[in-house]
Amino acid sequence: MAHPANTIRSEAPATALDAAELLHACALERTAVRIAGSGTKAWGYPGAEPALRLQTTALQAIVEHNEGDLTAVLQPGVALGELDDVLAAAGQMLALDPPLGAQDKATVGGVIAAADSGPLRHRYGAPRDLVLGVTVALSDGTVAHAGGKVIKNVAGYDLAKLFSGSFGTLGLIAEVAMRLHPRPRSQATATGTTDDPATLATAAGVLAHSSLELQSLDVRWRSSLGMVLARFGGVAAGDQAAAARRLLSRAGVQAAAVEDDEPLWEAQRAAQRSAEGGAIVRVSGRPSQLADACVAAQVAGGSLVGRAALGVSWIALPAAAPGELVTSIARVRKVLAPSPCVVLDAPAYVRTHLDPWDHPEDAALVLMRRVKARFDPTATCNPAIFVGGI
Amino acid sequence: MNQSQPPTVPADAAPPPLTPALLARLQAVCGHDHVYTDADQLRTYESDGLLQYRATPGAVVLPASAAEVRDVVRACSDAGIPWVARGAGSGLSGGALPVAQGVLIALTRMRAVLEVDLPNQRIVVQPGVTNTEVSLAVGPTHFYPPDPSSQIVCSIGGNVAENSGGAHCFKYGFTTNYVTGLEIVLADGAVVTLGGKELDHPGYDLLGAFVGSEGTLGICTSVTLRVIPVPEAIKTMVAFFDTTAQAGEAVSEIVSGGVIPGAIEMMDNLTIQAAEQAVGAGFPTDVGAALIIELDGSRVECEACFDDVVAICERNGAIGIRIAEDEADRALIWRTRKAAFAAMGRIASNYYVQDGVIPRTKLPEVLARIEQLSDEYGMRVANVFHAGDGNLHPLVLYDGEAEAAGAEELAGRIVEACVDAGGSITGEHGVGVDKKRYMPRMFEEPDLAAFQMLRCAFDPRGLANPGKVMPTPRLCGEVPGPYRRHPLERDGVAERF
Repeated sequence: MAHPANTIRSEAPATALDAAELLHACALERTAVRIAGSGTKAWGYPGAEPALRLQTTALQAIVEHNEGDLTAVLQPGVALGELDDVLAAAGQMLALDPPLGAQDKATVGGVIAAADSGPLRHRYGAPRDLVLGVTVALSDGTVAHAGGKVIKNVAGYDLAKLFSGSFGTLGLIAEVAMRLHPRPRSQATATGTTDDPATLATAAGVLAHSSLELQSLDVRWRSSLGMVLARFGGVAAGDQAAAARRLLSRAGVQAAAVEDDEPLWEAQRAAQRSAEGGAIVRVSGRPSQLADACVAAQVAGGSLVGRAALGVSWIALPAAAPGELVTSIARVRKVLAPSPCVVLDAPAYVRTHLDPWDHPEDAALVLMRRVKARFDPTATCNPAIFVGGI
Repeated sequence: MNQSQPPTVPADAAPPPLTPALLARLQAVCGHDHVYTDADQLRTYESDGLLQYRATPGAVVLPASAAEVRDVVRACSDAGIPWVARGAGSGLSGGALPVAQGVLIALTRMRAVLEVDLPNQRIVVQPGVTNTEVSLAVGPTHFYPPDPSSQIVCSIGGNVAENSGGAHCFKYGFTTNYVTGLEIVLADGAVVTLGGKELDHPGYDLLGAFVGSEGTLGICTSVTLRVIPVPEAIKTMVAFFDTTAQAGEAVSEIVSGGVIPGAIEMMDNLTIQAAEQAVGAGFPTDVGAALIIELDGSRVECEACFDDVVAICERNGAIGIRIAEDEADRALIWRTRKAAFAAMGRIASNYYVQDGVIPRTKLPEVLARIEQLSDEYGMRVANVFHAGDGNLHPLVLYDGEAEAAGAEELAGRIVEACVDAGGSITGEHGVGVDKKRYMPRMFEEPDLAAFQMLRCAFDPRGLANPGKVMPTPRLCGEVPGPYRRHPLERDGVAERF
């Protein structure tokens, strides 16, 4: 279906104002614009092939790194991986660790626009919880700011949260101020394995309700075997991991302490992405549904990783004929309803033949359409990819 | 137009008195006893926690259920009457100030805890439930972290409107980080469910947009909150310093070293004097600053960090450190901190509190600026603040009505100093009516226009808490469709932006 690449115009504005003027020009001539970072997340409805691609490759500056205040002001094209190297030198981090995609190219703007996250979310929250302020370029040609660069601020509407997870459908995130955190001085992981989904859920629940301060609390289920992974960061990470191991033992799983834990966590992150031809279903569930979600993944021939205390999981379905994927996804949704099961990675056929967003036609959707109509009345920005075809 | 000019229209431009037909409809919805129209009853609701502003509503209604709220809002919508939602009325920015002759919807009868779901770490409450009641309902194993000083009286609905913080939010976050679901009624009477017990509902993050919108986007009738396990250990200490600058250095070193205290609060000399007179906790009154530091979490982590924190304080010139020996001592220390506002009555007859935020590293320069302004105006300023997140609460002390205007002006210049330092005009109290005149210091016209886009999506007729947040009254254009003049614009009362 794709047009040859050379028929699509590409622009990489160097300032927020240039981006706004470009969007405005497109709005006036009713040209649809595809806003994207490095293109590592082709999610949502496929949408129509746009006439113009707005890239953030000329917006790659780390504008401010305020070490003493633990904040940074970033342009959207900054690669998350490269940013991490810079912040690491100061003993700091942006506590967002989603999978970074091919060649680690995922950008700050893309991760925020897609509200993506990784295991660190357990302690530090999602992009919405770390964004202090935004500068956005709108299709009316204006550049607007909201929030600020201090970690506490209630002046004006929180457009930073509105734009987080908006998939570029309201405008371009042209700059963000983010809260940073100190890197943990040491890290340690305890794991527990079991072949029973209910035991797995119980063991994860014990840690979720314990007074241990977890940095991450993940689970995985694949090939009839489950694992709880609890990671600690801080001064006494090893002691806490030992305590977690004892709790896991008591909960009836095979507990262990893992010395070289980085590969385990890298695998958790990687499992949020699909193999070519497969699909990822993100379950916005409840912790009490964890066992059901594991079983649903297994029945569909897939695997699962999840944030146990948050109830969010990613079910990976192996490559199959698109029609079979559609059927499998529908089955997973039926088992886990009413928890929304959003299809992320998937062949375009799948994202056309079902609603990838799993969003009902309800009053919230009506309100979302009104929001879109106010911010982007000409539907210039990333049209027809988001919930309800927004 | 020049943004710093006063608005061309008074924010509370009075609509006509409520019609008997509307009053009858409100009475039919809520019952005769729950619609107040007597002058004496109305007077109770003239102000919220900020007494400088007063307005008399045409009626106060006290709905008892979500359906009654919806029907009240629909009645107002049909009549074109603006309304203001009010929780406990403890807000400090005039956010719940009534619209003169409008309807005030008080949510004090909606105090039910609807569901406690500890396995999923959620609680569902009606908006009139107090902040403290939430923690009580999920205790003793769990708690609800945001803890504004007014937590015993303030309501969750008000917390949602203001995105309330508190002493523990540097580590744990604000209201917005804990609200996972809301049922709201829009100004046209539509009932909308946002989120739920689950995180990451697909679509725009309207929860994030609604929390902290100060009652201008609608009214919430049910709130789903995330709660978390209580920490295993809490260790509290107070370090005393000769200067606030030294205390500030200690804060920076603690935080950048990787320790995130549960709370870290600073009081300056004047505040210590007042609070000590009120509470008598035994704080020395001749020191420049007291730093209350509370570590919480797992016992091993707390203990490992505690020695580090003590060492950092000593290295930065602490002249005394008091470690809370038991829960009673800890409570006494916190009572001293939380009494700070009320205790000001012992050293001055009135105060005007501000709520500015600064990047933490700018603390010495902003405190110096406050001292300079204090000298210039010949008024004392006491400082108490959430040091971890740079949220200042300067209390401008004054005596008598004659000094009130000067105190307010001085407070305004402190806010400006915060903005100039890269901060914010408000960290947790909200803009309300009190700080909207400072909004143009922080936001430019396109920013305000973007705010208005959100407002117009939720409430195109501007009936929900009008006259708050935005520095000048604005109208919503029709979208999409041809341009039509709004009646107020046609009459020259308001202009379009």
